[in-house]
Amino acid sequence: MPAVSKGDGMRGLAVFISDIRNCKSKEAEIKRINKELANIRSKFKGDKALDGYSKKKYVCKLLFIFLLGHDIDFGHMEAVNLLSSNKYTEKQIGYLFISVLVNSNSELIRLINNAIKNDLASRNPTFMCLALHCIANVGSREMGEAFAADIPRILVAGDSMDSVKQSAALCLLRLYKASPDLVPMGEWTARVVHLLNDQHMGVVTAAVSLITCLCKKNPDDFKTCISLAVSRLSRIVSSASTDLQDYTYYFVPAPWLSVKLLRLLQCYPPPEDAAVKGRLVECLETVLNKAQEPPKSKKVQHSNAKNAILFETISLIIHYDSEPNLLVRACNQLGQFLQHRETNLRYLALESMCTLASSEFSHEAVKTHIDTVINALKTERDVSVRQRAADLLYAMCDRSNAKQIVSEMLRYLETADYAIREEIVLKVAILAEKYAVDYSWYVDTILNLIRIAGDYVSEEVWYRVLQIVTNRDDVQGYAAKTVFEALQAPACHENMVKVGGYILGEFGNLIAGDPRSSPPVQFSLLHSKFHLCSVATRALLLSTYIKFINLFPETKATIQGVLRAGSQLRNADVELQQRAVEYLTLSSVASTDVLATVLEEMPPFPERESSILAKLKRKKGPGAGSALDDGRRESSSHDINGGVEPTPSTVSTPSPSADLLGLRAAPPPAAPPAPSGAGNLLVDVFSDGPAAQPSLGPTPEEAFLSELEPPAPESPMALLADPAPAADPGPEDIGPPIPEADELLNKFVCRNNGVLFENQLLQIGVKSEFRQNLGRMYLFYGNKTSVQFQNFSPTVVHPGDLQTHLAVQTKRVASQVDGGAQVQQVLNIECLRDFLTPPLLSVRFRYGGAPQSLTLKLPVTINKFFQPTEMAAQDFFQRWKQLSLPQQEAQKIFKANHPMDAEVTKAKLLGFGSALLDNVDPNPENFVGAGIIQTKALQVGCLLRLEPNAQAQMYRLTLRTSKEPVSRHLCELLAQQF
Amino acid sequence: MIQAILVFNNHGKPRLVRFYQRFPEEIQQQIIRETFHLVLKRDDNICNFLEGGSLIGGSDYKLIYRHYATLYFVFCVDSSESELGILDLIQVFVETLDKCFENVCELDLIFHMDKGGLSAAPARAVSAVKNINLPEMPRNINIGDLNIKVPNLSQFV
Repeated sequence: MPAVSKGDGMRGLAVFISDIRNCKSKEAEIKRINKELANIRSKFKGDKALDGYSKKKYVCKLLFIFLLGHDIDFGHMEAVNLLSSNKYTEKQIGYLFISVLVNSNSELIRLINNAIKNDLASRNPTFMCLALHCIANVGSREMGEAFAADIPRILVAGDSMDSVKQSAALCLLRLYKASPDLVPMGEWTARVVHLLNDQHMGVVTAAVSLITCLCKKNPDDFKTCISLAVSRLSRIVSSASTDLQDYTYYFVPAPWLSVKLLRLLQCYPPPEDAAVKGRLVECLETVLNKAQEPPKSKKVQHSNAKNAILFETISLIIHYDSEPNLLVRACNQLGQFLQHRETNLRYLALESMCTLASSEFSHEAVKTHIDTVINALKTERDVSVRQRAADLLYAMCDRSNAKQIVSEMLRYLETADYAIREEIVLKVAILAEKYAVDYSWYVDTILNLIRIAGDYVSEEVWYRVLQIVTNRDDVQGYAAKTVFEALQAPACHENMVKVGGYILGEFGNLIAGDPRSSPPVQFSLLHSKFHLCSVATRALLLSTYIKFINLFPETKATIQGVLRAGSQLRNADVELQQRAVEYLTLSSVASTDVLATVLEEMPPFPERESSILAKLKRKKGPGAGSALDDGRRESSSHDINGGVEPTPSTVSTPSPSADLLGLRAAPPPAAPPAPSGAGNLLVDVFSDGPAAQPSLGPTPEEAFLSELEPPAPESPMALLADPAPAADPGPEDIGPPIPEADELLNKFVCRNNGVLFENQLLQIGVKSEFRQNLGRMYLFYGNKTSVQFQNFSPTVVHPGDLQTHLAVQTKRVASQVDGGAQVQQVLNIECLRDFLTPPLLSVRFRYGGAPQSLTLKLPVTINKFFQPTEMAAQDFFQRWKQLSLPQQEAQKIFKANHPMDAEVTKAKLLGFGSALLDNVDPNPENFVGAGIIQTKALQVGCLLRLEPNAQAQMYRLTLRTSKEPVSRHLCELLAQQF
Repeated sequence: MIQAILVFNNHGKPRLVRFYQRFPEEIQQQIIRETFHLVLKRDDNICNFLEGGSLIGGSDYKLIYRHYATLYFVFCVDSSESELGILDLIQVFVETLDKCFENVCELDLIFHMDKGGLSAAPARAVSAVKNINLPEMPRNINIGDLNIKVPNLSQFV
């Protein structure tokens, strides 16, 4: 049993605790506690006034009971009373209780704040410190509101004791970190800087922490700290190890203060004043020199303290990035640590060197350590260190050593920990592409990547290799040969089958001359993998087969046999079944010419930057880019088709090829659009097919495309775009939009007013008006409960680079919303450029103490900036023809989700923003509209046509604008309205 | 800035936990559990830093830990702290505990949380090394045969 402590005389407490310890069962413990609670309650309620000592004892017991996990619902008042005691121990217990059981009970908070105020004003340093510690420990916004203004005064007052100054600085730092807006800046800031000159090192250390934090926001206000920090640092660094007495730590003078000062200096560029700069460089050199001296002690504390300063010094040198001499010295120093026996130092050295590698002065010097780093990657026992080594290799990679580094990383991948494989895969893929001198090396590398770590190769990586192979003629033959060889392995990863299937389907003819890879051999090789693959891969392989029929007519019979097999034609998976049926029919019905046209080789991919950007956006805010993705898929199919098919030249009588285009854009399982117009080539072609449903489904190109661009919602598309995958926690840490956000947004595409969101707590109403490229929106937040919302803060966030496209100014709203009350927020909106994703509205508040947060899409879509334009039929057709480039048009055929009422449709189109033009379309059932989208930078002319087909309950929507993304986006938006 | 101090034993039982940022209790439990699993599978003699990942605050945060006998001392800090500084702080923290309890062991942390009227000696030790002076805190510490003074240590709130 533990000994009962007897030190400070609270015997009752000690007995109670030991009683609890002696309890044999949970029940006994509860019984003992209840007995004690009753006792304390009666003591507190009793007539006899308790003395300070008893109060302290009982409050301690309550605290102990609370820490055992029981609720305490009384005693707060007694604890608050203790605060005003004059005895240190009593006051301390009072503060302890308050800090542990902080309660937003308003009555008590007032009393507590009062007691704290008294202590702050007491001039007794011990009491002042207790009060400051309590404020810092609680650190709540309420505490900040009450005291943030007083603490700076205490901090800079001439008569404050050192210990008080120290506590005040730390307390202020804590409040500033919790709620920066509450700490008023003022003339005290200048005086805080002068604390760097204080006699007392503790005060200086506390002040440096505070200034480092404050100066991040207002660097100019604290600029004077540079010279003071430099001179302080120089005094410490140049002092002998015995000068600073108390602050010499294992023979190192004031190491932690030095570290802090060096950190502070990293907030600023190099000093402009030559004298200051000279002194600083001298300091840095001294530190580097001292690091070379033999250690004064064998203790680990000595080397830790010394090295902490050294690493911070190197960080500062890297930050300045202007002293080649120092940079190279730093690099050499780190190089020594790379082989240090202490793992921690190796880790830190690798980490620092990573930043050093990006400096032009030291990049070459870093590269000299490549062998050591590669060795670390191979032999290091610790995964953290290996990861740093991989990072460093990535950072030091350039054209000269890419091959070596990539091959080392590939080798490492075979044994790498599962946790970091994906990251390594991405890094290898990025380096391979970035520094590829010849593309055959690139293809080899990626195929190796798939072979070694297929599971970790994300879709983007293998999409990318396909894009590059498709776009570069010179590597296609090599790629086909290589994948053919790779596929011969008895077990190969499914991603390899995908890449192989695609490449052979496209370029298999390039290696068909060799009898070892003749068409039948290619086919049987692929088909041998078929049954082991997932549905998606099998679907891709079916597309490869139909391509083979075109490439190698001699395989036609075999492939038709495969397609005809029951396992394909009656496959349980509808996608596979459909492909098999359609490809079989296509191969037997279509003439060689049609086949050659339909199954032509893929045209080069357009530059993919936009898609990568979109993926990045999606990574930041899931859901925000889905419309974009669909739009892109469609555009790609237009890109493909652009070269092959003519686009409709007239609007009123759609040509067969226009239907073809339309069918392609439609999602695969859609029913056929009502045949408008006379001939419908493809539907005719297939009408006698054996398929139960007459739907067309994807053509091969599209099938390939849909393999290429599946909507992969969370895929980590760090490749090429962001070398540090795990870095970005999303825009200002807001959560993803709620699942219904898109649906809610759609409600507002054609209207400006209404209820945006509603749940049990909160209702958000919207009223908005738009003129030209400007808009004003009123948001009404209604509290539906009877309880006040606290810390209510709605903010508008621009995901990605939306900020450059749309400016939204918000006014702050009151941070409290009373029960049943409504607050209004005004948003001023300016459209700078055309944009695709709406801004996000993030609403946070506390309801009954629990934080609530909610992210919605703000109902601002590009069509809000529509200006309707009236024009005659002739003008309309002229403009329509002018916008005849395939990428200027977006078309969608879709099923009606609402009853097809002409009046409602008209109202929706008007609400969408365009003018409705009568007597333009020869078919009076159709709607034609025109308008201009007004943005600050440019105007986008826009024409639209909506053809309802009441029989089929379908619509066809065509949009033509002068900007490709706008067409697609408007088409997406509008299509969801009917 | 230090986000959390976690002390738990070799079986993951928490012995001293202090969060400097408010988390609901379940999240705290989860953080402790995950941290435990992170450090448990690392043998001694490898480096004392590891990325905390998604536990607290994301990739800006590091876990810096030391393993003494049956106890793990884990500090979760952001990038504004010097790694070696924190490592040393843990050392001083443990030395201070050692001073308080004379050869500190896990049992001391369990049974003497009440020592000195509940004021949780370890917490006080942290205050001391955090350079917030409490009057009773001895300024001189005897460790073995070496007599040192509590030095000025890195500041954090």
